[in-house]
Amino acid sequence: MLACLYGLTLAGCKREERDFHGDAASADTTASVQLTELVPGLPPSIEPSASAAGPVRADFEKVAFHLSEGQRLYEQFNCVGCHANGGGDIGPPLMDDVWLYGASPEQIYASLAQGRPNGMPAYGRKLSRQQTWQLVAYVRSMSGLTPKDAAPARNDFTQSVPPPNSTPATNPVSGPNPSPTAEHGSR
Amino acid sequence: MATWVLLVLTCVPAAFAQSGPVQKNWPMASGNYENSRYSALDQITSDNVKNLRVAWTFGTGVNRGHEEAPVVVGSTMYLVTPYPNFLYALDLSQSGAIKWKFEPKPLAAAQGEACCDYVNRGVAVADGRVFMNTLDGRTIALDADSGKLLWDRRLCDINVGETMTMAPLVIGDKVLVGNAGSQFGARGWIQALDAKSGTTAWKAFSTGSDADCLIGPSFKPYYAQDRGHDLGISTWPIDQWKIGGGTVWGWVSYDPDLDLLFYGTGDPASWNADVRPGDNKWCSGIFARRPSTGEAVWFYQYTAHDLYGHDGINESIVTDIELKPGEGKRKVLLHADRNGHLYVLDRQSGEVLSATPFVRVTATTGVDLKTGYLQFVADKKPQLGKTVRDIAPAAPGGKDWQPSAFSPRTGLMYLPHQTLSMDFEEAPVNYIAGTPYIGAHAKFYADPVDPGDGSRGRFTAWDPAAQKAAWTIKERFPVWCGTVVTAGDVVFYGTMDRWFKAVDAKTGRELWKFQVDSGIVSQPITYLAPDGKQYVAVVAGVGGWPGKIVSNDLKPEDPGSAHGFGNAMKDLPNYTAKGGTLYVFCLQ
Repeated sequence: MLACLYGLTLAGCKREERDFHGDAASADTTASVQLTELVPGLPPSIEPSASAAGPVRADFEKVAFHLSEGQRLYEQFNCVGCHANGGGDIGPPLMDDVWLYGASPEQIYASLAQGRPNGMPAYGRKLSRQQTWQLVAYVRSMSGLTPKDAAPARNDFTQSVPPPNSTPATNPVSGPNPSPTAEHGSR
Repeated sequence: MATWVLLVLTCVPAAFAQSGPVQKNWPMASGNYENSRYSALDQITSDNVKNLRVAWTFGTGVNRGHEEAPVVVGSTMYLVTPYPNFLYALDLSQSGAIKWKFEPKPLAAAQGEACCDYVNRGVAVADGRVFMNTLDGRTIALDADSGKLLWDRRLCDINVGETMTMAPLVIGDKVLVGNAGSQFGARGWIQALDAKSGTTAWKAFSTGSDADCLIGPSFKPYYAQDRGHDLGISTWPIDQWKIGGGTVWGWVSYDPDLDLLFYGTGDPASWNADVRPGDNKWCSGIFARRPSTGEAVWFYQYTAHDLYGHDGINESIVTDIELKPGEGKRKVLLHADRNGHLYVLDRQSGEVLSATPFVRVTATTGVDLKTGYLQFVADKKPQLGKTVRDIAPAAPGGKDWQPSAFSPRTGLMYLPHQTLSMDFEEAPVNYIAGTPYIGAHAKFYADPVDPGDGSRGRFTAWDPAAQKAAWTIKERFPVWCGTVVTAGDVVFYGTMDRWFKAVDAKTGRELWKFQVDSGIVSQPITYLAPDGKQYVAVVAGVGGWPGKIVSNDLKPEDPGSAHGFGNAMKDLPNYTAKGGTLYVFCLQ
């Protein structure tokens, strides 16, 4: 019981952490981002490096402040205009388990900063690194990939989906090439 | 068979007698300059349409929303697909064998700048050239016979949200094209390109100075509020007109006798109307211009200070009709606007002769015919941080881009449209070039009162003189497909739940239907092939704004997907999958 309380207290502390110098944690980890599970010459059963949990996930996704900031930035930087409340619009949905360019924090960071060729703009020069990681954390919370105790418990607008802390966790899978031609289309 | 031959012999000459070669071909997306989508072909009639069978089909190789019209000249059909905008020339004397294929290779990034799926509404063919627009904002001319590239001009900057989806129109030696992207704050324009070289003959913006809008001494608008200096600047807060929308992504019609072209302008940006107090000229209205110089002759604003993204780009049908018995025919435009009113305009002056609701309207109380202003309902005005409920018609309007038809035989206008209402919450808005500039959270749903049974679409025959519906057919989903009406008194349209239908133009009685592979959001056409038979063609392939829930795999759990349209289309994936197939029908 005591251990449990202690654990909760610790988790609570992390949840309330304010890191105003977040760039220190965001050394550029995107150089090694890969967009496929195929790694020639790698022995079987070894996880691709991009999906390994890194310090970034620990630092940002457990902190309610970062997730909440990510939620605000998602609206203010017009992410919402293309991805809606996660259901998708011009861009693909973010609330489901399908990821065209990877679901790991590093992969999402790379997608935000570098852009992606089928319409995702490169936000690298518009967002600070801290803002980008905050957005990464919020985007992952939309499909239940972040700790429930830190994810936002409410949305800012009425026409929306249940808040991220009520979103069931998903098991990310790689999506198809988003080609509009029939050979690759349906899923 | 013998009877059929007799039909050909007796009917075809009559068809040609009416107005020359246009009747045989379908040389532009709208069929003719009038935008009437009326064909004088009459082999297929309300009596024999039940014998319509598939003659041939063609898979486009693309599975996004197919909103295009096939275009037919002589023995060739020209079919442009959604992005990546393949253009096929199909040989009608060989059941659609590919004569040539052109791949314009648009920038892939343009997919992120297209609000309402990667659509294209068709090409235009004139004097041996094919003119096409691409999603990344180029107009291209090809040799119609060989497919050889003649010229290729980039007219848009996708980094400010500009794309092109509209079908070009050719008047004389000029090709008229316009941009899309009001939802990104793109500043609207129409321009005339020289058909031979592709150079710009004139370009008229929808916002900004009189010089930019080609407003000069010839400009004589009917209503007082449209007269003044630089209204395209003064009806906006400082500099807002630069990101004010008013794109020209819809239909252009033309009256050769008056030598006037007519086109509508898109909605003002952003959807959050509080950032743009003023009438927001020249958005959500209609311009009449001279094709040779582009100079404006008149303008009328359907929706001044548009609050609901209602746009003004819907087609204006050029026709002469008698509005009151004994008064004689008047030169009018027929226009079913997204704001839910069907306008009859005097096309010489821009005067509104009538404006009648054709769907349930809660947002406004009608048009004041003295001032021309649409009267808004104060309770339905969007506010920051407040959700206003039951705004009808919803943002896509009582009818969107899907073009109507007019038959001089019945005097009726045929409207494919929708019955949707919406909840709308204004939100803070932030302009970042190249990203959506919306500032609103919306949720559309089947109109709860009229019809109130959950159906979201209608196909209505409208009597513009009597200002009422002659008959109407309810459909489960928005009828997001154009229509064509023929001298055989048959009207064709398609539905998003995969039916292609023929109904009696006089009564609305269903005469024939055929199930296709994917929902229809395109524009059916009819033409006379080299074998002397009348054919009907339509492309199936669901998508567009309401169909994006299927074509872009949106999640029905999010009521805000597709800017709120996703909420009204949750059940569409139960009725159709993606597709892209051309169907061509003829009598058995």
